[in-house]
Amino acid sequence: MINSSLQTLSQMLADKQISSVELTQTFLDRIDALNPEINAYVALDKERSIAQAKAADARIAAGQAAPLTGIPIAQKDIFCAKGWPTTCGSKMLAHFVAPYDAHVISQFDAAGAVNLGKTNMDEFAMGSSNETSYFGGVKNPWDFTRVPGGSSGGSAAAVAARLCAAATGTDTGGSIRQPASLCGFTGLKPTYGVVSRYGMIAFASSLDQAGPMAKSAEDCALMMNVMAGFDERDSTSLNRKKEDYTRDLNKPLQGLKIGLPKEYFAEGLDINVGKVVMDAVAEYKKLGAEIVEISLPNNGLSIPVYYVLAPAEASSNLSRYDGVRYGYRTPEYTDLMDMYCKTRAEGFGAEVKRRILVGTYVLSAGYYDAYYLKAQKIRRLIAQDFVEAFKQCDVIMGPAAPSTAFKSGEKVDDPVAMYLEDLYTIAVNLAGLPGMSVPAGFSNGLPVGLQIIGNYFDEARMLNVAHQYQQATDWHLKMPEGLA
Amino acid sequence: MALTTEDIKKIAHLARIEVSDSDATSTLTKLMGILGLIEQMQAVDTTGIEPMSHSQDVVQRLREDEVCKPNLREAFQKIAPTLGNGSHEAAVDQGLYLVPKVIE
Repeated sequence: MINSSLQTLSQMLADKQISSVELTQTFLDRIDALNPEINAYVALDKERSIAQAKAADARIAAGQAAPLTGIPIAQKDIFCAKGWPTTCGSKMLAHFVAPYDAHVISQFDAAGAVNLGKTNMDEFAMGSSNETSYFGGVKNPWDFTRVPGGSSGGSAAAVAARLCAAATGTDTGGSIRQPASLCGFTGLKPTYGVVSRYGMIAFASSLDQAGPMAKSAEDCALMMNVMAGFDERDSTSLNRKKEDYTRDLNKPLQGLKIGLPKEYFAEGLDINVGKVVMDAVAEYKKLGAEIVEISLPNNGLSIPVYYVLAPAEASSNLSRYDGVRYGYRTPEYTDLMDMYCKTRAEGFGAEVKRRILVGTYVLSAGYYDAYYLKAQKIRRLIAQDFVEAFKQCDVIMGPAAPSTAFKSGEKVDDPVAMYLEDLYTIAVNLAGLPGMSVPAGFSNGLPVGLQIIGNYFDEARMLNVAHQYQQATDWHLKMPEGLA
Repeated sequence: MALTTEDIKKIAHLARIEVSDSDATSTLTKLMGILGLIEQMQAVDTTGIEPMSHSQDVVQRLREDEVCKPNLREAFQKIAPTLGNGSHEAAVDQGLYLVPKVIE
């Protein structure tokens, strides 16, 4: 049952083969058994989850079920959920209980889904290994000595270890796709503006986007049907017609043009990861796709540009944590300035402070043009590369991460090495495009993700492209031995 | 460009983050690494390129000027931090947030 697709679970619930209470309890029992080791969840409220499951069962019995009614979902702890601890992985918000629901949370509530708990993450989503979390690292279910990736590391481990039916994540520079690659499941970052950011704790507002993390493309499509949609409370939410993301899943791939950017297969990519990705591309050829070589000449600049724009936006967004209205306040201080400075010194972790300092520096008087404005101009060049590329192909494919999961502690003291983890994902955020990672095989027993990048609003097509691959292969069905 | 620990302290003050002398030194090393990475941008010719802040060509929406949210002040103030300096009371009073006195 823990391996069943959302569609199957939904059918089992409809057929009364199982109740939502039983399903929820099954996952809660697994969490009890495995979470002390894996640390995927930072907050559970079993009574509340079970109460939601009971309500879902009543709704199903009344014949009013929606596709995800009664399905237990893990929520990344970046989403405010009313009455739930919402920590964003930070000491600053360690005791914060959200007074309202994020749009994503209320969408799942309206769908009748069960909130199984809040998942661990890098502090304020800043990290690629989940090691910056105030609540400790998360273990990769495939190898407990390795990281799950980040920042959505808790959701990633929860999906991979089957501690939920599906989970939510957010992706500012790769935080859904990189952990999906490292933990071996399917994750989608939608086009910027498709999922509302209301109630999602802000990191870099022009890049942040929420998306599904699940066992298959089909499951991601069902999650997208709940998560996506216009919300007037997010000023960058796009007012578009509601879509059915499952509509194209079964289309054949005959004639699909896949672009392979030569920059994605150059220096920096682990040879074995590259081989797995090329094997996946070969499988697509069998399914009728054509391969074209493309170029994204400015991809190498995406990391420098990101590490100006994201810290700049973060330094502004995180100025709200001042110890006055909510969150942590230092216990001892002399005056207001001292209270601010101590609160922020004690409440934020090292990586968050570093990024705030970088952001403050690049935005400070005299440096704005040389850094922030310059980065915004190169951002356009990077986005333009994709416009040119999509004239030659329907989707772009490549690795989602340069290597498989690395050892805990390996990169924690070297921010620049950690930042290179996002070499293939960041440009997609800068351009605002949708991207996903799909399990494509293994290297030395560790999962490798294939990244699929689509044009703006092409999520349904990408899900189709991923689904057809998952019909022809079974990489997405693999799960860590010993956790079955 | 080369930064000094004095620069770090100045930036940290702008960001309202206290740094000790030893923190400033270790922060300096890591920040120099990050700024070195960023410096690669300077080699790119961006003459005539429009800066990009958003991927979609959209404008700010307008709406009618009407009340659309209830007043949740009490709920919001329930999660105020505690006063500090020995007091565990919430730092609120009659709908206001309490901070240290700034005017003598």
